[in-house]
Amino acid sequence: MPDIDQSQAEGTGAIRKLLWVMAIVAVVLGGLLYLGLEKKGAEKSASTVAALPFGGPFELARADGSVLTDKSLSGRPYAIFFGFTRCPDVCPTTLSRLALWRKKLGADGNKFDIVFVSVDPDRDKPADIGAYTEIFGTPIIAATGTDAQLAQIRKGFGVYVKKVPLDPSKPDGDYTIDHTAGIFLMDARGRLSSIIDHHEAEATALDKLRMLVG
Amino acid sequence: MKSTNIYPLAGIALFALAAPVLAHNFSVGKIAIGHPWTRETAATQTVGGGFLTIRNNGNVSDRLVSATSPSATEVQIHTMSMDGGVMRMRQLKDGIAIPAGQSVELKPGGLHLMFIGLKKPFKQGAKIPATLKFARAGSVQVTFAVQPVGSTAPMEAGHAGH
Repeated sequence: MPDIDQSQAEGTGAIRKLLWVMAIVAVVLGGLLYLGLEKKGAEKSASTVAALPFGGPFELARADGSVLTDKSLSGRPYAIFFGFTRCPDVCPTTLSRLALWRKKLGADGNKFDIVFVSVDPDRDKPADIGAYTEIFGTPIIAATGTDAQLAQIRKGFGVYVKKVPLDPSKPDGDYTIDHTAGIFLMDARGRLSSIIDHHEAEATALDKLRMLVG
Repeated sequence: MKSTNIYPLAGIALFALAAPVLAHNFSVGKIAIGHPWTRETAATQTVGGGFLTIRNNGNVSDRLVSATSPSATEVQIHTMSMDGGVMRMRQLKDGIAIPAGQSVELKPGGLHLMFIGLKKPFKQGAKIPATLKFARAGSVQVTFAVQPVGSTAPMEAGHAGH
């Protein structure tokens, strides 16, 4: 083995020292950062799956003609569902369930908004969706938008929407819309708290809503 | 004790199961139809779903081929499925097979009739007339009870307004 000369040995010692210092600093900094993040997390986002804002930015037209944006919704948790009024089953089922769950949650039920977005702007005009959501007996924010506005919010939430002709031999005839049927639960800071699946058991759905407003 | 408590529960369970069957029924040939129902609709809504149970008491399979109603421009037979969180609804052009000795349920989350082009909104407590046509048993007139929008199953006739 070749001998290590003096200067090389000194150099190695200095590097070793420097590495030790760096390692200690890294551990201390890392620990502080972790504690800081954990504290911050415990304050607000214990029930939030993603720490970053989700869904927005978006801008839609409400049933009364006013503008609905991710900003106007922030400050209060909300449950958002995408559908259309000519949907005979899953849409009335979901909105009825939300209305029922709000009732079952008592005081907690008033701590979140329910938002219904029609993804069928050709047939659902703002006034139509307002009248539609009224039958569920609970306040529902109904909104829709232009194709471009809807494309943007769909992209934000990762919502699948596809027009399908009811009669394949008449592609321009009556159509239905395949669409994502989950309910997105958004916290007051515009972050995704959870998703309620169409098949979710009621007890789980209620827990998720309690977590949302808690 | 457990054994004494179970009987009233079983009674309630049996009654609950039997209630929809007792509600309102129709039949044609070997086909028995249990409690057709639909949901109330909003003023601007142009469609409604129809749900019912169809039992084939015969030993030959039959098929629901079509439905019509004076309350709607058209009635279609649909299936609905959830696929990776996406709802897909499709028209069943060939109708629904009703195998011999079996029941087929048209209920929320699956098979249903779709009333398209409602002449006027479905109001709670109303009865929506319709004609169902079976390949073998022929046609039968039925009425769909209009239940609250939050309904997920048939209610006993007369209790729809609570």
